[in-house]
Amino acid sequence: MTKFTEKNSYTIIFSIIMVLVVGSLLAGVAQGLKEKIDENKRIEKQQNILYAMGINNNQNNTDVEFIPTKEVENTFKKYITKQLVYQGGKITEDNNAYLIDIKKEEALAKKGNYKRRLPLFIGEKEGKTFYIIPLRGKGLWDAVWGYIALDKDFVVQGVFFDHKGETPGLGANIKERFFMDDFKGERIFKDTEFKGISIVKGNNDPLNKDKTDNEVDALAGATITGDGLTAMIKKDIKLYLPYLEKIIKK
Amino acid sequence: MGILPKKDTKLILDPLFDNNPITIQVLGICSALAITAQLKASIVMAISVIAVLSVGNVIISLMRNIIPSKIRIIIQLIVVATLVIIVDQILKAFSYELSKQLSVFIGLIITNCIIMGRFEAFALANSPWRAFLDGIGNAAGYGIILIIVGFFRELLGSGTLLGFPVLGDPINKTGVYAFGYENNGFMLLSPMALIVIGLIIWVQRSRNKELIEE
Repeated sequence: MTKFTEKNSYTIIFSIIMVLVVGSLLAGVAQGLKEKIDENKRIEKQQNILYAMGINNNQNNTDVEFIPTKEVENTFKKYITKQLVYQGGKITEDNNAYLIDIKKEEALAKKGNYKRRLPLFIGEKEGKTFYIIPLRGKGLWDAVWGYIALDKDFVVQGVFFDHKGETPGLGANIKERFFMDDFKGERIFKDTEFKGISIVKGNNDPLNKDKTDNEVDALAGATITGDGLTAMIKKDIKLYLPYLEKIIKK
Repeated sequence: MGILPKKDTKLILDPLFDNNPITIQVLGICSALAITAQLKASIVMAISVIAVLSVGNVIISLMRNIIPSKIRIIIQLIVVATLVIIVDQILKAFSYELSKQLSVFIGLIITNCIIMGRFEAFALANSPWRAFLDGIGNAAGYGIILIIVGFFRELLGSGTLLGFPVLGDPINKTGVYAFGYENNGFMLLSPMALIVIGLIIWVQRSRNKELIEE
């Protein structure tokens, strides 16, 4: 007699039960934790935006330190004075603009007639105004994104980058202090021409002392991630240029 | 180890040295190449694999008498995938910072051949307690190699350990850099992980001649 586990009918019944058990287990876990996960993502966005405009707990060491999660909500309200949405020439105010899904907007705009919503965050710190632009592009393996904070003369005041799956120790270093700090003081214009900021190798300026060259020293072993950032900065800031000029003149 | 009977001790100690999954069985090489550019990532991966492999081994061992043999590989895959997804979701909900740091590693655990290898070779034929010990032993044996490789790659490639600059500052030329030392960027690329593993295998087999295949 063959063992009961060898029978076809048993195999089919076993797999059906297995699928039901595992499926409901995973669905239950995902459903139960969804609220908490969404909340964490929302807080993270606020932390990132604040980080770009220089509001963080960075000490003198080399670690990235965000505002503690408990204080984020109030800090965000205090420093981010206005959240604007730009859509097809119109500017509206929206206090939840930071929740706009850039990926979705980009995909919808690509499909056709849709004019994508472009969120812009205006921050005030010590009498200075910051214009914070969300960015999103492609790295080597997967998406890269971030925020860039400009002042009224289009000088970079700070950036924040993050990624989904860049190589640890190589491309993943875009979210490290030593790379992000290099962007401070860089310009996105060369005279009157829009250049963006290029991540380049061999610019002979590893300490990034030259702030007028529109260039930042690249990471070793992360050429494609760097090129992705260069393209992302150029492409996304360009969308905001007509909009920024209008707002800053006011 | 006096706490466990000798037979059980062997289950843990064997895979650490003489039957190491990476250097002897040559399993789990792909993840050893991918994530050992930094010591911290290696340590995190080692801990995660210990957790997943020991729990997974116990679950498979408990189910060993009712799993239909025709679809056992699929069942093993489902068990490890389910475990990994649950761990990932829990981390995202309660320890978001940590889950950001682990990012791709959690997902990579599923693809680790050591896990499926131990399910198939050991858990399916042994009691839960023995399977648990076997899981810990094999994952630790894998982890040790990962940490050794990560140590050398980070030290020689970036001049740091766990992110601390132990060799001085390469840009301002302090520490050993003052004498003309340079970081070897090649160490950060995957092929160097293979070469380091090759050196480990060489050292291990030259010390224990019994390990050399005919």
